Amino acid sequence: MTIALETKGLEKSFGGLKVTRDLSLKVEQGARHALIGPNGAGKTTVINLLTGVLKPNAGRILLEGNDITDLAVHKRVLRGLSRTFQINQLYADLTPLETIGLAVSERLGRGGDWWRRMGTRGDVNQEIAETLGSFHLLDVMNERTATLPYGKQRLLEIAVAIATRPRVLLLDEPAAGVPESERHDILAAVAALPRDVTVLLIEHDMDLVFSFADRISVLVNGAMLVEGPPDEVARDPQVKAVYLGEAADA
Amino acid sequence: MTATSDVSSHAIARARWRPAEIAFWILAASCAFLFPSRYLIMTDIIRLALFTLSLDLILGYAGIVSLGHAAFFGVGAYSAGLMALHGIINEPVIALVVAGLIAMALGLLTSFLVIRGVDLTRLMVTLGIALLLEALAERFSNITGGTDGLQGIEMQPILGLFAFDMFGKTGFFYSLIVTFLLFLLARRIVNSPFGLSLRAIKNNPLRASAIGVPVNRRLIAIYTVAAFYAGIAGALFTQTTALASLDVFAFERSADLMLVLVIGGTGYLYGGLIGAVVFKMLQELFQTITPQYWMFWIGLVLVVMVLVGRERIHRWVLWGPNLIIRQVFGRKAVVAVPESDAP
Repeated sequence: MTIALETKGLEKSFGGLKVTRDLSLKVEQGARHALIGPNGAGKTTVINLLTGVLKPNAGRILLEGNDITDLAVHKRVLRGLSRTFQINQLYADLTPLETIGLAVSERLGRGGDWWRRMGTRGDVNQEIAETLGSFHLLDVMNERTATLPYGKQRLLEIAVAIATRPRVLLLDEPAAGVPESERHDILAAVAALPRDVTVLLIEHDMDLVFSFADRISVLVNGAMLVEGPPDEVARDPQVKAVYLGEAADA
Repeated sequence: MTATSDVSSHAIARARWRPAEIAFWILAASCAFLFPSRYLIMTDIIRLALFTLSLDLILGYAGIVSLGHAAFFGVGAYSAGLMALHGIINEPVIALVVAGLIAMALGLLTSFLVIRGVDLTRLMVTLGIALLLEALAERFSNITGGTDGLQGIEMQPILGLFAFDMFGKTGFFYSLIVTFLLFLLARRIVNSPFGLSLRAIKNNPLRASAIGVPVNRRLIAIYTVAAFYAGIAGALFTQTTALASLDVFAFERSADLMLVLVIGGTGYLYGGLIGAVVFKMLQELFQTITPQYWMFWIGLVLVVMVLVGRERIHRWVLWGPNLIIRQVFGRKAVVAVPESDAP
């Protein structure tokens, strides 16, 4: 199996606080890999390191074997590494059509095109329509994103990441805060992600993790505790201790 | 209709000319015949409108605040003045473009300072650059004429055909045409993928880079373009008044500009144009009532405007026209100002 995304000895500290400790992670091509861990385990920091929002103090990040540790955020996206956000980071004033249109234009290297109007390129329009269609957003494509139901916003969140045609997709708690009635749509969208896209899922919701992932890494205090297939991880005494301990606190 | 053609028509709809826009420009041109004795003040308004359009491009679309936009206005003004004074380029249109390009070059150079940091940093950096230039212009008075300004500028006819007249008729049409052409260009830019990426950056820079937008490069590009616009506005100022003095760099000019844009509204291009008309008319009105304290009233209007909310004011103003259009053409809601990206 080839490795789609790999970290080698990743370290990150904020002042004296070490939030990522010697993290070495391998995500296989086409995998459905989940990264779980209790609150404060440093999951979000890992995402920020992978996407380039934060720079690591030590260690390397490889995307399909190429070192991307020093690349800017937008360049990693163009190399095929996209993410969704845990809390909506959508463009409140743009419509879903414009949001997806922007992602498609940038991917095609047309984002700097200042002379052509939006909507005049047939190939771009077609791709926008396909993406909106597969995420059930066609009926709301011309509404301001801020006015959409939360479930639709979460779908758009995934749709815009997919519109960049990633080879590796980081899903940061895709179903967080979605009301029960709209939850099904999100889970269906996650399940329907193209198989050739490698997915690293960062999630709290254990039902989602165990129904989706074929491999699980458990992060505790910024370091890897256990990694393995779901049934193995579920039986692991250390993992039980962490999660039962947390449950006992709650 | 298929989904693709749906997408295409919705996407293009944003860039379509609305009846209100066409009416606006017809009205602007017809002012020449409605008020033939007031060319000078109308030219003044147009220059301010173009200058504010420049600020709208960076503030309204890309979210870059600036308190030093007069820097580019001033560079454009002095460039045009010096070219005319020393006969370097005599033809006004070519000189205008060259002055714009000089301001643009300065915009490109300073953009690297401005795109760093957040709003407060940007306010200070832009303010600082304008102050620096003002001081430099004062220091090198052998070139700029110092506090006296450039004396004895004589403008040649536009394209060798249209001489500037003392009533300002030529200047008015010249300014109006230049502003209209630059407006068309701006309209094109903001409705392009590039313009869309600017709005995305203004909304959420982090997310913009996460979908592959090179944020800094885009900000540099629009800041440079806006500098060109401001430089042209400054050059128009010199060419139509045959004056260039230190106050082209003045802080008040940058600050007024912000007022004008806030009055007109950001992010839909007409804000600067409407704001310029309202601002100048209020200024005229208050100056006739109280020559000394007119700034007080402008300030009061601004406070009321911000408290009441611009959208509500637009609704009040458009209530009459909309009623007529409803009655006559039987259409429903008509001209609302698309204030999608209001600050």
